[in-house]
Amino acid sequence: MSSFRLNLPDHVQVMKAADKSAGQSSDNSPTSRTAVFTAHGLTKVYRMGEVDVHALRGVDVEMYAGEFVVILGASGSGKSTLLNILGGLDVPTSGRVSFRDQSLTDADEDDLTEYRREHIGFVFQFYNLIASLTAKENVALVADIAKDPLEPEEALRKVGLYDRRDHYPSQLSGGEQQRVAIARAIGKRPDVLLCDEPTGALDVKTGVIVLEAIARINQDLGTLTAVITHNAAIAEMADRVISLSDGRVAEIHVNQNRKEAKELVW
Amino acid sequence: MNRLMIADLQRMWRQGIAISLLLGCGIALFVMTNSSMLSLAKTRQQYYQDYRFGELFTALVRAPNSLADKVAAVPGVQEVQTRIVRDVLLDIPEMVEPASCRLVSIDTAAVNPMNGIHLLLGRFPSDDQRSEVIVSELFAHGHGFQPGDSLTCIMGGRKQKLQIVGIGMSPEYVYVVQPGMLITDDRRFGVVWMPRRQMAAAFNMEGAFNNLSIDLLPKANVDEVIFQVDRLTKRYGGTGAYDREDQISHRRVADEMSQMKTFAFVTPSIFLAVSAFLFNIVFTRLITQQTEQIATLRAFGYRPREIGWHYVQMVILLVVVATIFGWVVGLRLSWWMTSEYIKFFRFPTVDHQFAVTHAVGAVAIGAGAALIGTYAAIRKAIRLQPAEAMRPAAPKDYRGLIAERTGLSKLMTPVGRMVVRRLETNRLATTLSVLGMSLAVAVLVLGSYMRNTIDFVIEFQFEKSQRQDVMLTFVDTLSAASLHDVAHLPGVFAVEPYRTVPVRLRNKTRTRRVGLMGLDTNPDLYRILNDQQQPVSFPVHDGLTVSQKMAELLDAKLGDEIWIDILDRRQPSYRFQIAEVFGNFTDPSAYVNRQQLHALLGEGEQFSGAFLSVDSDAIQDLYAEVKQMPTVAGVVDKNAAEASFRDTVASSTSLMRIVNAVFSGLIALGVIYNCAIIILAERARDLATLRVMGFRRREVSYVLLSELAVITLVSIPIGIPIGYGLSYVATLALDTETHRFPLVIERSTYSYAAIVIVAAASLSALYVRRMLNSLDLVAVLKVKE
Ligand SMILES: Nc1ncnc2c1ncn2[C@@H]1O[C@H](COP(=O)(O)OP(=O)(O)O)[C@@H](O)[C@H]1O
Ligand SMILES: [Mg+2]
Repeated sequence: MSSFRLNLPDHVQVMKAADKSAGQSSDNSPTSRTAVFTAHGLTKVYRMGEVDVHALRGVDVEMYAGEFVVILGASGSGKSTLLNILGGLDVPTSGRVSFRDQSLTDADEDDLTEYRREHIGFVFQFYNLIASLTAKENVALVADIAKDPLEPEEALRKVGLYDRRDHYPSQLSGGEQQRVAIARAIGKRPDVLLCDEPTGALDVKTGVIVLEAIARINQDLGTLTAVITHNAAIAEMADRVISLSDGRVAEIHVNQNRKEAKELVW
Repeated sequence: MNRLMIADLQRMWRQGIAISLLLGCGIALFVMTNSSMLSLAKTRQQYYQDYRFGELFTALVRAPNSLADKVAAVPGVQEVQTRIVRDVLLDIPEMVEPASCRLVSIDTAAVNPMNGIHLLLGRFPSDDQRSEVIVSELFAHGHGFQPGDSLTCIMGGRKQKLQIVGIGMSPEYVYVVQPGMLITDDRRFGVVWMPRRQMAAAFNMEGAFNNLSIDLLPKANVDEVIFQVDRLTKRYGGTGAYDREDQISHRRVADEMSQMKTFAFVTPSIFLAVSAFLFNIVFTRLITQQTEQIATLRAFGYRPREIGWHYVQMVILLVVVATIFGWVVGLRLSWWMTSEYIKFFRFPTVDHQFAVTHAVGAVAIGAGAALIGTYAAIRKAIRLQPAEAMRPAAPKDYRGLIAERTGLSKLMTPVGRMVVRRLETNRLATTLSVLGMSLAVAVLVLGSYMRNTIDFVIEFQFEKSQRQDVMLTFVDTLSAASLHDVAHLPGVFAVEPYRTVPVRLRNKTRTRRVGLMGLDTNPDLYRILNDQQQPVSFPVHDGLTVSQKMAELLDAKLGDEIWIDILDRRQPSYRFQIAEVFGNFTDPSAYVNRQQLHALLGEGEQFSGAFLSVDSDAIQDLYAEVKQMPTVAGVVDKNAAEASFRDTVASSTSLMRIVNAVFSGLIALGVIYNCAIIILAERARDLATLRVMGFRRREVSYVLLSELAVITLVSIPIGIPIGYGLSYVATLALDTETHRFPLVIERSTYSYAAIVIVAAASLSALYVRRMLNSLDLVAVLKVKE
């Protein structure tokens, strides 16, 4: 276990922008509140023919090392857009966003690729596994491009699928596939794990198992984890809940005591 | 539904164009060659009719004019034309080797005579002006002659100056070729028309003629007329009447047209079949890819018929685009092709035609193939229950794959395994891609192998077979003593005389006129080579040596006895055994030992001509002396003949070759482009996933491109034998009555095909890579699998 790696490098400075964010109350001591993401005034406008769709209308948000954040909001409120911008899949129309001291706003396509490659693990609603590769190979795929990867077996063990490492996605249930996707996302030991509705396609029971896996990663590896959901129940397992509504941050709520995934009811 | 159509078109217009282009190329080629054929056939027919091209011909030594009435009285004969025809050498100062021409008498008083002259420039000669002539236009062009210029010919050893008053052409000389030559040469041989009275005076032929041309009544019994005419002309040295089939110019035009027919039919048919097949493949894959869309439509309650109709409409639209392209390009190219053709085959005008039946047929074939393929694919797609189609495909067992069993995949990176497994599991798709690309390779080979064949024939003919430098033909036969003079011409190393006599070979009901050639036992200069390129020898025995083609024409085989009628004298027919049949690529021909031919003719050594091997430094002196020899009727310089053959063949086939090469290249590009696009579409999700995970653009394109590369590389070795097969079929079809072509495909042609395919693949790959780079990652991943 190399949890030391997750202690942030000394040169990473605490973002000044952090102070501006409203509702940033936490019992964490300020020194440990190292901002990983700092977003300020983010807007995103999609042009759909004649009409402009405002997906984000000025979002200020910060996310800190090691925390478990749930982004909550109705469908269409801009959650995915925000996550995609943070993950370097998309760029904002205006506003600034940085990862540690690196600006994502000025980055070009190749910079963003390198950024994702080094720092980000993604999990999507539809697992997007490579059908022709086994669970282990799906994980190894990422390990191949990472600087300091987890052993694929190790990653699978963390999501409880070590025994099924040689199965192909089509031989696994939806929940298992999603856990392979998680193992794959963490295989490169990312700094951030971004999950867009990871349980969206799953039933409650399997959803819980997947959420447990995510929570365990967050705990064991100390990876900053952001989970999108439109399911308020899931929010109870977060350190902080960022609620989006119509492209704006409606509320930031700090959970005093996080619930375990298996305690959730929905 | 129309909105769906528009959406589909917006999405896939590039692919649609590529697919249409495939079929369009096939159609264009079909239209091009068939329209050219039709144009030429129409043009020729009109020309023959307008200028009254004769139907039977016969040459004789000298007959009194009164014979004409007797011939005219033969039942079936409509009209008889008598003429004086002589080949003479010309003295053209700026030419080293002697040029020669055929002098043909004209009746200046006749109105719309048989074998009439189409005057392009100047006027007809007036009868009382001693030396006025009309010169055939290619020859005039070759020398820059204009009416008003003059020309010196050697008549009976005397130089005579002829005044050119007109430039013309005639249906009798659509193709002008010197006896002994393979192809036209506008500088060395031409036709000169001269008033009958002047010619009679010059050649001491007053009241006589040596050439007959006959126009037949519509229902004449041709064989009977020929028999009667031969009976009448034999005592005047008649060499046997023959119809247009044996008339040199007509024969050449007919041969050329029948060869063109092959090009017009066989090659384009193969192209069309291949492009229709590819169209089918590509469209099938396209629909397979749309299973989900079809399922969604079904879920919305669209009836299978309506969905089917949607795709049928797409096919129709693509076929319409292909048709427009094919017809317009094909017609335009046919003009071009016809204009290339009439550089050598001269007609007054060209009656451009559009081969409607063929054009429609080509479209029908293409559309049919497309619809059949589409029907099958759509049926399959529609049969799936909507829910079923939207569910992910059944689990695939990858363990049985070759790459797994052999442990090959263990050596690979996960990315490599991705590529190999997808190729192996999507067997149908992979097979179709490989098949499509292989056919593209094959078509490239087919489209360009002709050049190898032509080179081979040239080398066979001019380097290996004919080793003389100069061939002389004599006005009358020469005795052994006179041949001495030839041997003593400047620079002559060796002389190999030959005897040739016009004969008719008969076997059962088949007959064939041919110049029977008497050669030395083991000719050294003019050699006849068989299939194995070994020289054939002509030992003294009671037997004929005939080419394979001749044996086929006579329906005879080795050991058969056939009849020989000597045509230029009154002699009984002989029975000869076929002692040897050799295969090669020359015309139907027959040979016999020279001594034996002399014996047969009851003569001593009499020569019709000679092959000379000459010191190249002395050749100018040789020609200077030959020009003075009254006994020489014609000279063929082999190097010049070869050069002119190369020129002519190169330019007359170059268009066809260019078109074939370009179209096959386009087909290749169309196939590969579509393959690439389809692969991209099928892999988009995986590739987007890789990009999201942080794979660089280069790394992701590697997945896509290596798949394309594998398909391309596998296709090449498969496509080459297919190409060989298609070329073989084309060669079989080129095997006309008088010509056989060898199938020669050099390695360079295969390399060329491989290079074009790789280039086309790279081009498509680059394009797909660009598309890949602009892939909307998020959008792709949002879609449910
Ligand atoms: N690529 C896009 N083009 C146009 N509109 C988009 C695109 N992506 C998202 N939107 C719109 O932006 C808004 C926010 O979308 P999204 O971030 O996906 O919401 P959520 O994830 O909260 O459901 C929605 O109205 C959506 O329709
Ligand atoms: Mg979303």
